[in-house]
Amino acid sequence: MTYAVRSAVVRFGDTLALEDVTLLVEPGSVVAVVGGDGAGKTTLLRSLVGEVPLERGQVDAPSPMAIGYLPATSGSWPALTVAQNMDFVGGIYGLSGDALASRREELLDRAALQQSAGQLAAQLSGGMRRKLGFCMAMLHNPALLVLDEPSTGIDPVSRVDLWRLVSEAAAARAAVVMSTTYLDEAERAAGLLVLDGGRTLAGGTLQDVLDSFDGAIAHTATPDRRAWAWRRGRDYHEYWPATAKVPLDAVAVIPDLEDVVIALSLLRSHHSELAS
Amino acid sequence: MSSHSSAAAQPTVLLRSDRVGRTFGGFLAVDDVTMSVGPGEVVGLLGANGAGKTTLIRMLLGLIATTTGDVELLGGPPDRERRTHLGYVPQGLGLYRDLTVRENLAFSTQAYGAVQPDLPEALRAGADRLVADLPLGLQRQLAFLCALAHDPEVLVLDEPTSGVDALARAALWDTIHEQAETGVGVLVTTHNMAEAEQCDRLLLMSQARLVAQGSEADIIGSTTAIAIRTNDWARAFAVLNQAGQPVMLAGRDVRVADADADQVRAVLADAGMTAEVFGVPATIEERMMVLARAPEAP
Repeated sequence: MTYAVRSAVVRFGDTLALEDVTLLVEPGSVVAVVGGDGAGKTTLLRSLVGEVPLERGQVDAPSPMAIGYLPATSGSWPALTVAQNMDFVGGIYGLSGDALASRREELLDRAALQQSAGQLAAQLSGGMRRKLGFCMAMLHNPALLVLDEPSTGIDPVSRVDLWRLVSEAAAARAAVVMSTTYLDEAERAAGLLVLDGGRTLAGGTLQDVLDSFDGAIAHTATPDRRAWAWRRGRDYHEYWPATAKVPLDAVAVIPDLEDVVIALSLLRSHHSELAS
Repeated sequence: MSSHSSAAAQPTVLLRSDRVGRTFGGFLAVDDVTMSVGPGEVVGLLGANGAGKTTLIRMLLGLIATTTGDVELLGGPPDRERRTHLGYVPQGLGLYRDLTVRENLAFSTQAYGAVQPDLPEALRAGADRLVADLPLGLQRQLAFLCALAHDPEVLVLDEPTSGVDALARAALWDTIHEQAETGVGVLVTTHNMAEAEQCDRLLLMSQARLVAQGSEADIIGSTTAIAIRTNDWARAFAVLNQAGQPVMLAGRDVRVADADADQVRAVLADAGMTAEVFGVPATIEERMMVLARAPEAP
């Protein structure tokens, strides 16, 4: 069973939030939805979990009881303890007694939150709070796990912990969709979807995205066209169309995801300028 | 080029801590940290939450006192006068959310007695919008503009690129490098380890101490990782996870930081799995994870 949002169009008033976006996720894999503030990540995830209706397109998702969803906002109740948060959500999914207790213990243990079970969620660090939100979304063993920016703004060590929890869920056959602003997280996912202004910039496996990039990236200390260059340390990487000849003083490099996403974003903004 | 009042006799060190420590009650937040930032340098300060980065920055800026050791800003204590040569963008950006873009800039430049710069094109359209209504990328651009308007000699940036897309991130790093090229010293924290390559030099803090500095290779040091390639990553992951290895997923590969390849092979063999097991360079995250798990230094 592939879970999907197909050819989605979503409009909020005059704003086109999603324009023909398709997201596919298989059980046992992680798909990363990548983009910045306003790219459409949250809208896409919310449409997958049935919180945002589509103007056009189609959603294939399991029943709400088989979905685990961590929203971009906290995902827990600050005035409840870690254990109370877990039990409250467990109750909603019909878990109780020993079954709930053992599942709660197991998840808190894996997230290294066992020591904090009696603490109020409000007192947790940002990273711990996101891990709690993850545990709450995972409590009922959902077939589809949807995580909205689980790692934004949290420190690298907590991100490693979170990524391990996400991997565990996929290893246990859940279909996992997570949004992120970090490209290195997207590189680790089995599939990725890059959004920009509500539209798809690129998608597929990392290799698909890199292979389908049509153009050249050159490393140079002195870019010819400043508007098409970006910093990689003190030097620059500069985009050249596939048909152009890279200048002699520049060295063609094998583009990485960062290069490809920036180049595609530049092309997109250039096209929309020409169109307007 | 920006012209700085002290350009004629620019010091070789702009920002310095000398064996600095800070305790809060019985809690040691920063322990014996010696570091510096010179003119034109971009120095990245890395570390997990609670490692002591923010406390160190607050001491360098003169916002809190040191318990032991000294800090210097532009050759002396970080007093009010010296701080006027400093640009600081805190994590929360430090903008007034219920003032417009134009009002924020006017307020900030007047406080420093600086000339108000022109708004860049991206911000011009929203000049009369409230900051609270701007997308995050533009808010960050405005915070930079406010911090740079008085031509600071030292720039301190606390997670300047968190939450923005690749293009906005590239634009912010453009600004940072442009400043460094005019001689400004930059101290920047980030949680995005991919940005380590943007810095001339890195400092890594863990458990209140400065544990490594230099290039990315210096930071990673002797930490290694093991990569495992099989046709059943999920099972390899589960088996190693069960064996208590700090396992991670990377595409269809499984990685274990700071592990012994033979031990990993043995665990997989016991489970009846065949796999390709090979050593790979560790990432900065893996180095940080290993440090965070290490028992506290005596």
